[in-house]
Amino acid sequence: MNFLSPILLLLLASLAVFFEAWFQGFRIYLGAQVHFLPILMVYASLTYGLGSVAALAIVGGFLFDSLSGNPLGVTTLALFVIGWGLARYKGLLLRELGYAQFILGLAACAAMPVMVLIELLALDANPMVGIGSLWQWGIAALAGGILTPFCFKFLDRVELAFNYQPVQASAFRPDRQIKRGRF
Amino acid sequence: MSKRRHYIAFFIVFGLGLIALNLPQQTISKVKLAIAGVFLPLFGLAGSVQKGIDHSTSQILPRQDLIRQNDLLQHENEQLRLQLMQQEDLFRENAQLREQLAWHKQVQWNLRFARVVARDPANWWRTAMIDAGTRAGVSTNMAVLTTAGLLGRISAANPSRSQVLLLGDRNLRVAAMVRETGETGVIRSGSSGPMENNMVELAYLPGNSQIKPGHTIVTSGDGGIFRKGIVIGTVVDSQTMAYGMETMARIKLAANFDTIEYVWVLMP
Repeated sequence: MNFLSPILLLLLASLAVFFEAWFQGFRIYLGAQVHFLPILMVYASLTYGLGSVAALAIVGGFLFDSLSGNPLGVTTLALFVIGWGLARYKGLLLRELGYAQFILGLAACAAMPVMVLIELLALDANPMVGIGSLWQWGIAALAGGILTPFCFKFLDRVELAFNYQPVQASAFRPDRQIKRGRF
Repeated sequence: MSKRRHYIAFFIVFGLGLIALNLPQQTISKVKLAIAGVFLPLFGLAGSVQKGIDHSTSQILPRQDLIRQNDLLQHENEQLRLQLMQQEDLFRENAQLREQLAWHKQVQWNLRFARVVARDPANWWRTAMIDAGTRAGVSTNMAVLTTAGLLGRISAANPSRSQVLLLGDRNLRVAAMVRETGETGVIRSGSSGPMENNMVELAYLPGNSQIKPGHTIVTSGDGGIFRKGIVIGTVVDSQTMAYGMETMARIKLAANFDTIEYVWVLMP
């Protein structure tokens, strides 16, 4: 990892927030907005260090709240709890497997709205919550789960582009033994 | 990675989050609009792309269609001019009668055009951002409408952008009136179903209300923010509540919130 990759991740986070505010297709056709920040947080926590996780939570969370009716900081806290939890146990998580990525994305995208909602209720804010919110929650979680493996593939490629290519294993062994016959 | 580093990061981010959450409301609005300024180039780019698409679409539109559209618009324009002429006469007559009866004068609407550049990315708020700010004379609590009806009010404004709190958000309540019966009530958020994006409730109507489906709901002008007579929507159905003490009606908003691109800010 070099310093360019986390910067690129922050740029992607800001683009993701902009896309969510600009593109209304999901809202019109599915009745719910799909969130990309938890997906990026899953990737960041399993790939980079805790500094990148904190930076993504602060930058992504503040950008999201700036365009939303949320009190400033609620998304930051929720995102960081997800990233922090995953980063603590990343040694136990099967990062490379597609279904593990799906489950992690689904769990993160399901957990974030719940945590934000708890914060909003604790802050005495008045969010629009009803039976329809269950549909929105389900769609957001499922879409997050489906998108996460694709996001991992794309970001892994980007990560490779910004780093040294892995050295290909050669057939040559410096300690090889040459057995010579009589001739 | 050591546990200590984990806990340090945890406390730093939580500290920052808690500081942000405890800022005064006015400061938060300003900070939020300042942070949203990061997106200015992207909003500009999105606007340019949209214009480009519109331009190329108009380039490939057949000439006959354009001529037909032009004819229709000319016809509509003539009709509107005639209506305006008639209404100017009525307005003048109304002003004269008001003067004779020593009633307060009716002022004509002063509107400022704006484009919707972003919508709330969260599912539980109804806000939008428009590309007109304090530099264009926009300030908080100004009414925002479309040609169909009321949309909401300005909740925060910076020099180039403003945030609009849309009808249906739990933080926006509007004093409303049934045009046909004159009964007053309060418009508030509906049940928030994702399929009922354009529905709100009209509450606190009298128990013996004469409200019927199809009646028009307009602003009553009682709240002090919205002028009287701006169309909000039409009644879908109604039911009595609180043992017949109160009537509540479901209202279909006149403005379609899913497709709004342009709005008008009602200036003082």
